[in-house]
Amino acid sequence: MLDMLLEGAIAFMLIAGGIFAFIGSLGLTHLKDFYMRLHGPSKTTTLGVGCTLIGSLIFFSLENGPVVQELLITVFAFITAPVSAHMLAKSALHHKLKPDPRTRGNPQELERDRPKHTVEEAPQGDSPLP
Amino acid sequence: MIPPLRWLPMPVLSLLLLVVWLLLQQSVALGQWLLGGALAVVIPLLCRPFWERQPRIKRPLKLLHYVVRVLRDIVVANLEVSKLILDPRGRMRPAFVEYPLSLTENFPITILASTITMTPGTVSAHLRLDGRTLLIHALDVADIDALIADIHQRYERPLMEIFES
Repeated sequence: MLDMLLEGAIAFMLIAGGIFAFIGSLGLTHLKDFYMRLHGPSKTTTLGVGCTLIGSLIFFSLENGPVVQELLITVFAFITAPVSAHMLAKSALHHKLKPDPRTRGNPQELERDRPKHTVEEAPQGDSPLP
Repeated sequence: MIPPLRWLPMPVLSLLLLVVWLLLQQSVALGQWLLGGALAVVIPLLCRPFWERQPRIKRPLKLLHYVVRVLRDIVVANLEVSKLILDPRGRMRPAFVEYPLSLTENFPITILASTITMTPGTVSAHLRLDGRTLLIHALDVADIDALIADIHQRYERPLMEIFES
């Protein structure tokens, strides 16, 4: 009975993971501009990977005792995904990629006639680097 | 908290490294303890120049509460984003939002930016050099002021209580 419940949980996690990963990729192809496309992979695909890994965690814990590597991979994936999304968005702003015309808000980073904001890319905080 | 020593500049990080090493090796043999311990001392010493000043966690219980809230919000956010992506009419209201930061230290700002990226329809895009404004891109937002108030209430205020109170 318990085995069946756990197998159900594993199956659910795997299917949910697959669906989320698929929707994330679909967003990557279907959304209109770069900034919107960034949302799919940064959130949905990460959760898809997380679900799959948790399914795998339950499966291998049943097979041969508790394993935690999957949990660590999940945690690392969730820590690093926002950082890469942030860097991608930052470089898109730096190249002044045009947002979708429906986008509201007009950040100064995207205005064309201003001087380039290369100075703004200097390191943050109190580190002694130039 | 454990006080930092000359050869052990970041005790908590060292402890974390040792625990992660043992978990990855799936073993608590003496050899793994020694190797993990050596790595836990050497790695912080090597990468110390790259570290910012470490803020103190003043309310650990609040931090736990925050983590649980963010995990729940990640699931909710994903359902919302999935719905938006699958909507055949594609009615989205994207916007750039300039979020005025109240946090001042770098580490809490990093956590806030990551949280914003992982949760409802927003990706943090740019932290201006003055460290006062976070530029956010939102996928579907009806009321920009409501979004700012929501982020402040839900994420920034707990972070302020955890790190800066």
